[in-house]
Amino acid sequence: MSERETMEYDVVVVGAGPAGLAFAIRLKQLKPDVRVCVIEKASTVGAHILSGAVIEPAPLDELLPGWRDHPPPICVPATHDEFLLLRDATRALKLPTPPQMNNHGNFIVSLGALCAWLAPQAEALGVDVFPGFAAADAVFDEKGAVAGVRIGDMGVAKDGSHKPGYTPGIDILAKLTVLAEGCRGSVSKTLIAKYGLDKNCDPQTYGIGLKELWQVPAGRVQPGRVTHTVGWPLDDRTYGGSFIYHLDKDRIAIGFVAGLDYSDPLFRPWEAFQQLKHHARIKPLLEGGQIVSVGARALIEGGLQSLPNVEMPGAILIGDAAGLMNVPKIKGTHQAIRSGMLAAEHFAEKQSGAGFDARLRASPIAKELHKVRNIRSGFHGGLWRGLLNAAWETAVAGLSPWTLKNHADWSSLEKLDPPATKQNRPGPNAKSPRERGWIERTLPPRDRLASVYFAATEHDEDQPVHLHVADTSICVERCTVEYGNPCQRFCPANVYEMVDDIGTDGNKALRLQINAANCVHCKTCDIKDPYEIITWVTPEGGSGPNYQNL
Amino acid sequence: MKILVGYKRVVDFNVRIQVKPDGTGVVTDGVKLSPNPFDDIALEEALRLREKGIAEEVVIATIAPADAQAHLRNGLAMGGNRAIHVVTPDPVQPLAAARTFLKLIEKEQPGLVILGKQAIDDDCNQTGQMLAALWDRPQATFASKLDISGEKATVTREVDAGLETIEVDLPAVVTTDLRLNEPRFIKLPDIMKAKSKKIDTIELSSLGIEHGGEIRTTHYAPPPKRSRGVMVKDVAELVGMLKQKGLV
Repeated sequence: MSERETMEYDVVVVGAGPAGLAFAIRLKQLKPDVRVCVIEKASTVGAHILSGAVIEPAPLDELLPGWRDHPPPICVPATHDEFLLLRDATRALKLPTPPQMNNHGNFIVSLGALCAWLAPQAEALGVDVFPGFAAADAVFDEKGAVAGVRIGDMGVAKDGSHKPGYTPGIDILAKLTVLAEGCRGSVSKTLIAKYGLDKNCDPQTYGIGLKELWQVPAGRVQPGRVTHTVGWPLDDRTYGGSFIYHLDKDRIAIGFVAGLDYSDPLFRPWEAFQQLKHHARIKPLLEGGQIVSVGARALIEGGLQSLPNVEMPGAILIGDAAGLMNVPKIKGTHQAIRSGMLAAEHFAEKQSGAGFDARLRASPIAKELHKVRNIRSGFHGGLWRGLLNAAWETAVAGLSPWTLKNHADWSSLEKLDPPATKQNRPGPNAKSPRERGWIERTLPPRDRLASVYFAATEHDEDQPVHLHVADTSICVERCTVEYGNPCQRFCPANVYEMVDDIGTDGNKALRLQINAANCVHCKTCDIKDPYEIITWVTPEGGSGPNYQNL
Repeated sequence: MKILVGYKRVVDFNVRIQVKPDGTGVVTDGVKLSPNPFDDIALEEALRLREKGIAEEVVIATIAPADAQAHLRNGLAMGGNRAIHVVTPDPVQPLAAARTFLKLIEKEQPGLVILGKQAIDDDCNQTGQMLAALWDRPQATFASKLDISGEKATVTREVDAGLETIEVDLPAVVTTDLRLNEPRFIKLPDIMKAKSKKIDTIELSSLGIEHGGEIRTTHYAPPPKRSRGVMVKDVAELVGMLKQKGLV
């Protein structure tokens, strides 16, 4: 325990996303006297939330009956589904829509706006919601159990010294800490490692999601139209696809997801997304329109075989901090809300998190994951085998007697052949031989820096770099040669740059430069770096992107 | 002494402003709103004066729609003693804002009024000056340093020619510039304390002031788009292109 100022609650929730807010709301509905707070690193609730998103409304009906009478600001009933296989920049083949992707009865929302709409409803029930406060670490009691979280310090300079406004973060102590940080949460990651929660499951596997919200000229949008694509601009060995959701008020949400188990170190996810926007079926929708907001976020795709033990002494994992997304449905919000509610019901009965793992695994949440467990992992053999396997798994409703394994994303990169040298190394925009028919682009944004501008990301420059690279000599001596520094390409915000400094001896010295202020908190670097040396930690509370309706 | 601080809610400075497609205003739906940065500086200065024992009470006031309570709680968490919320669904212009503050001054009788030099949404930079005129008291605008001793305030002003130091009799209106101070971070326990602080709510319409008619906005438009640049190979090509465009 610490000498810091403390506040005490019965439950502290880390992360004001759908899981955390659903937990808090449900708990207050069941036990109005329980004291619960939700802390959120974004400056406002929803500003760090990014999702497609088409959501299944059933869990929301259960949590807030009557919500349909006062729906969130962006909420368009899905009316028309379309599933396309893109062969190249012009051709598209219509595929039958897989049953999991039938969106009849679902709603297209902005998950950010939905969370911003949920937060005041939680507050009305007496939940304390604290945006602008980042959980830097867990706090432990003398027995080694989680006893709460430590809020990050404010006003620390880049060199670690204290600025005049230095304000030490307090400790929030609670009987139960609920980790609802979303995919690859930084505190969750530390605790999963500390308690070995993942020792009996497969390694986790992830995707990177990129999204843009566009305001397009009147008359193009068909509100409720839902399009998904697979294929181009990805090669057949890389898992991924896109979504195009038609909202109301001439707005279109377009996004792209690529599996972070990709093998090509020269692959550029951001560039692939920009290519996709130029497909002959998509470009006419966007041309002449304006970008409203842009962002990126990693997705957790491992499913049931990668689901860690979700309980530890004093704390539990819910939502995507645990990893409950249903990949074939391309949906996780309904699972997140359900897991939050289930955890609240559990705590209301037991006053502790003990037994939650078994309860989650016996619940419809895990059943849903069991049914689709082999679909995402089936794409390790490439697009075609993946699609055939997905058709099989869907036909037998997941009753195959086997479970396919997941592999760690950081280990999936192939080495450059021939190896690069420091003098002759691939740059951030190096073309890969595996790019299939990529074309000249005309739609904005021009490059990743132009794109970050639309994320409205903000970090005080004079604060410690929140991307810890354990040993930068590995970047220079090994990664440059072996992989050509893929961090320069997978980061959607251009945070990582390899630069040649001219040393005092007049010789060039290669160095990793981390432009931490650009970071949009997607966590991709923490996942994909092939040496596992990048650790993403929370910067000063309130820093980061300011997404608008993503 | 009591200090009255103006505390306006504006679209956050990180937000990329978008004009509504029909040109009737800027988009505020789903957009982050924050305290006007100059008002945060005004509040910080008032709090420092209270901490030095020069002021006893810091009252923050805003003119905003009914949903601005959380905005005022933010100011109270920073340290304001209490808040006044003048409720109106519509944005007010500087003259109406100054008239409203004059009503609050008549009621509160503050020894000092600190306002931001301007709000970052309309960038008018008028309310402080108008208020001083209506109140018939001295004004010290664009303050980068403020010292109070007895019934006088010594204010360093950021002016075009450099810095100007003036002395004004109190009560007076001071408007803040960027370098006056760096506002503090809000602490979690203070957010909890702020929940029990008092917010008085007054309907703007009940104050009986004229507002709304002085300036009429015809339409909003984004700045014209710059055309794409062209890369030239050498000086000759550059000169050739300039000649072609008739510029040299």
